[in-house]
Amino acid sequence: MFDTVITSEQLFQALRETVVMVGVSLFFGALLGIPIGIVLVITRPGGILENRFIYAVLNPLINIIRSLPFIILLVAIIPFTRLLVHTSIGTSAAIVPLIVYVAPYIARLVENSLLEVSPGILEAAEAMGATTFQVIWHFLLPEAFGSLILTMTTATIGLVGATAMAGTVGGGGIGDLAISYGYQRFDTFVMIVTVVILIIFVQGIQSAGNRLARKARRD
Amino acid sequence: MIEIRNVHKTFTRKGQSIEALRGVSLNIAKGDIFGVIGYSGAGKSTLIRLVNYLERPTSGEVFVQGEPLSGYSPAELRQVKKKIGMIFQHFNLLESKTVFDNIAIPLVLLKKSKQEIRERVTELLEFTGLSDKAASYPKELSGGQKQRVGIARALASNPSILLCDEATSALDPQTTKSILELLKRINEAYNITIMIITHEMAVIQQICNKVAVMERGEIIEQGNVLDVFGSPHHPTTQSFVQTVIHNSVPQSVLNTLKAENGRRLFKLKFVGGAASEPIINSLIRRFEVNVNILFANMTEIQQTTLGNMILQMHGENTVIDQAAAFIVSQGVEITEVEA
Repeated sequence: MFDTVITSEQLFQALRETVVMVGVSLFFGALLGIPIGIVLVITRPGGILENRFIYAVLNPLINIIRSLPFIILLVAIIPFTRLLVHTSIGTSAAIVPLIVYVAPYIARLVENSLLEVSPGILEAAEAMGATTFQVIWHFLLPEAFGSLILTMTTATIGLVGATAMAGTVGGGGIGDLAISYGYQRFDTFVMIVTVVILIIFVQGIQSAGNRLARKARRD
Repeated sequence: MIEIRNVHKTFTRKGQSIEALRGVSLNIAKGDIFGVIGYSGAGKSTLIRLVNYLERPTSGEVFVQGEPLSGYSPAELRQVKKKIGMIFQHFNLLESKTVFDNIAIPLVLLKKSKQEIRERVTELLEFTGLSDKAASYPKELSGGQKQRVGIARALASNPSILLCDEATSALDPQTTKSILELLKRINEAYNITIMIITHEMAVIQQICNKVAVMERGEIIEQGNVLDVFGSPHHPTTQSFVQTVIHNSVPQSVLNTLKAENGRRLFKLKFVGGAASEPIINSLIRRFEVNVNILFANMTEIQQTTLGNMILQMHGENTVIDQAAAFIVSQGVEITEVEA
């Protein structure tokens, strides 16, 4: 029906690359972003471990990274990427900027989720003589759990979008396929297929996230 | 048990300083149910938070079981807090945990074994009448049930003090009554000292033995509940007392009384045994006076009845004086009111 130059193998390869890029950068992004988000909440003025210095450093730092569009971040930190993975092209080279991009995003979203926890809960925790770690572990995180799932859902979808640009450094993935075949070689079939795949991808992530969050919130 | 000694507390917000407490002192003995009443903004919330150091005094000192709280390290202070339970107006339960797990939290923080936790929580569920709700989530409970969970949670670590921050203000009168009964039972069964802050005089009347009245960061009156209810001195205290004991004559009645001569108005106060004596009956038999009862009311406070009566006596001035003297001789307080 359509004339296309790509094989189904290429398509699956691209799919795999997207899943790897999203999965790996989400994992490391969360590993960095969640603790940073927690630190932001507890060190903020009026927080349970108020620390003006840490907050004053972390807060603008996150804003600075978040001000850069991913495509610029991607090329701007190439020296850093090379330092870390000894290459500046390919999937692993794309993962480094993806992590740098998503970690502050997750940190900010986690901060917002945790701020939603009622101050009354924290007061109760303090009245019980909970340590800072206990407040985070037994009060803050369980109470924000449903909201945190939605946070991670949003971050994942953001990452899917960002991976499309990773093609610029030869990262591969669905987005790359769409640009290099669908756009640059006028392959309409590839364009349609990649768009449909991306839509299914994002829809799937969102509804899975919603379902999990609903379960956690017992609505 | 708890002593607050000349505490001042100043908050600074946006360059403006607000004096929440201005030299407050009070003493709560072991086993007391100590009520603090005041309008909102009087400083009661700040006051109760001094006891578990959620608020630190700007100056002055707080003693719990004889020890100044300012002398403790943060780690020691956490241990002290585990012996002070607290319940809140909005319950502050964890929505993400079941009733059982909510009550278990203080024990989890103490790193108790699963077995110990199960036993203690089951006992508390029973005590608070929540046995069938163990697996429910706070969202599924009524306000009264939520507060029972809050109480069970506060008792989990066997505290010797229970702080109640407007614990019944979000509840309807019937539920308030049952929660207050539960608090009273806790006080009697475990000999836990209770401090309650409230703006409802009915709460004080129902369970407290001591009361302090606060206004603008100061305690304007304090003492035994019976004494304060019987003879409130400060106008604010009087208006609080009047919310539960009505002892004023309506203005319209006073207006009709003004016109008449040879009639005098008296306010009588009966405490305890005097309330059950047929004093008015004796009064009418012994003296040539006509007695008109304008108002009478009895209130129970601390298992003692407090009676208030306003009566009008009509007759010879000297006879009325004798009648009044007779009433005093019966152990009843009497004051003449200008009509």
